[in-house]
Amino acid sequence: MTHHAKQKDASIPTIPLNARISRWFGRNLIRIYAVFGFTYLFIPVAYTFAFSFNDSGKSNLVWKGFTLDNWKNPCGAPEVCAALGNSIKIGLLATIFSTILGTMIAFAIGRYAFKGRSSSNLLIFLPMATPEIVLGASLLSLFLVFHINPGFWPTVIAHVMFCISFVVVTVKARIASLDPRLEQAAMDLYANEVETFRKVTLPLVAPGIAGAALLAFSLSFDDFIITNFNSGTLKTFPEFVYTSAARGIPAQANVIGSAMFFLALIIVIAGQFVGKKVKVAK
Amino acid sequence: MSTTLSKVKMPYLLLLPGFLFLFTFFILPIVNLAQTSTQTPIAGGDTGQYEQTLRFANYLNAFTENKEQFARSFIFALCATILALAIAYPLAYAIAFKAGRLKNFLLVLVVAPFFVSFLLRTVAWKQILGEEGFVVPGLRTLGIISESTTLTSTSFAVVMGMTYNFLPFMTLPLYASLERIDPRTMEASGDLYANGLTTFRKVTLPLSMPGVVAGTLLTFIPAAGDYVNAAILGSPNTKMIGNVIESRYFKIVDYPTAAALSFTLMAAILILVTVYIRKAGTEELV
Repeated sequence: MTHHAKQKDASIPTIPLNARISRWFGRNLIRIYAVFGFTYLFIPVAYTFAFSFNDSGKSNLVWKGFTLDNWKNPCGAPEVCAALGNSIKIGLLATIFSTILGTMIAFAIGRYAFKGRSSSNLLIFLPMATPEIVLGASLLSLFLVFHINPGFWPTVIAHVMFCISFVVVTVKARIASLDPRLEQAAMDLYANEVETFRKVTLPLVAPGIAGAALLAFSLSFDDFIITNFNSGTLKTFPEFVYTSAARGIPAQANVIGSAMFFLALIIVIAGQFVGKKVKVAK
Repeated sequence: MSTTLSKVKMPYLLLLPGFLFLFTFFILPIVNLAQTSTQTPIAGGDTGQYEQTLRFANYLNAFTENKEQFARSFIFALCATILALAIAYPLAYAIAFKAGRLKNFLLVLVVAPFFVSFLLRTVAWKQILGEEGFVVPGLRTLGIISESTTLTSTSFAVVMGMTYNFLPFMTLPLYASLERIDPRTMEASGDLYANGLTTFRKVTLPLSMPGVVAGTLLTFIPAAGDYVNAAILGSPNTKMIGNVIESRYFKIVDYPTAAALSFTLMAAILILVTVYIRKAGTEELV
């Protein structure tokens, strides 16, 4: 043991300390950078979370002391929960419609060779390449032409419109990754087209559809620009935050933001866990 | 016979409802917006009443009146895109190649901050960079900025907010293209006596170009049309074209100018994107 330690001691001085340090940095530079990167990413999250415990009264700008009151009574500030309710309702409706319409398009484009396939792809790509402000302003102009007042349903329509493309892209990717031999095998075992679709194709594509639905909901829930054009007097959660930003956001908004963060995290981690289980089971 | 017929019809039947929806609520509005952009106020009409006079000078007026905001939008979006690339590339690289078993966990962590509402995050930055935050007093004590320098209501704050908010649009495509690279290609480059930097320049970077192109586009497009960051983190001197369109619409009810500006923005973005894709696609980048 002592012999061993001596050997080690003898070998160290051959590489100067600063060279070793710089070598360590060279090797771990990317990791150090990643730590800084993640710190940067989480600063506003930590800030939002910390200030959800602020005993702030009306304006949540300065730290005034720790309290659990905001978490106990998240609807304590006026309008917060009404806005949240609107966002959830709009988000759910937009998710259902855009997932159905988008999945159908994804199957058409992903599964069939047909005339007009490339222009269909273009039509799906265009809404994603158009700035949100143009989408929002143009849709509002259309509603105004037909004397439709902005509000709940115009907002739902707007959200379905911009979510469809994202659903198509997500589901299409899943369809493209399927092994066509699985369906051929089902047909070889005398399943007809409908049975094959129901028992083989759909279960295999389902995770993609679920992912697309989650994406659609989060896009809808977080949207501000298109919503602001089409919601009229209705207030969604992002609109509530925007309008109260000038005079200070109530801490309850931070509670809701933090809660959404943890909820989404749980859903994503649970999704990965379930995904792994399914893989293992197969 | 009936099955082949249904096979021909099937894709169109699947497309029909979705495309009908997109036609009504995406194509039609854009056409209508084009139509609005050449209208003029009705003589003696109320505010917000316009008639079609095919006045294409609306475009010229809209552009010359707001040249500054147009330029700012594209400069800010460009800065935010470059910064986001600089931040996201090493991050995506670390997750793709250095994370080992933590890969999936780190990928969730990269996206996680964006589960907190976009608006809340932007307001959080306003407070962090504000007088009561920890950044400004910290930098003052260190003597990096002077006592009178503030960080909020500046171009810096707006660009910084956009960089942060659009970061996942950069990180995810970068990660997707880096993850697909076979590590053996990098090993092979090392075996052929290329050092780390050369391997990166000649192997990793070219192979990740699809991700770089997708990421920069997905960051640049929403950034150029954004007005939320400028509204919350900026001042009247940092107004972007989005702010102008928004206020023309809601405060001044000047629909034709707002429409002309929207179209000019869209056209400018489409031209830039086409040029960029051509360059990135054909030219040797290294």
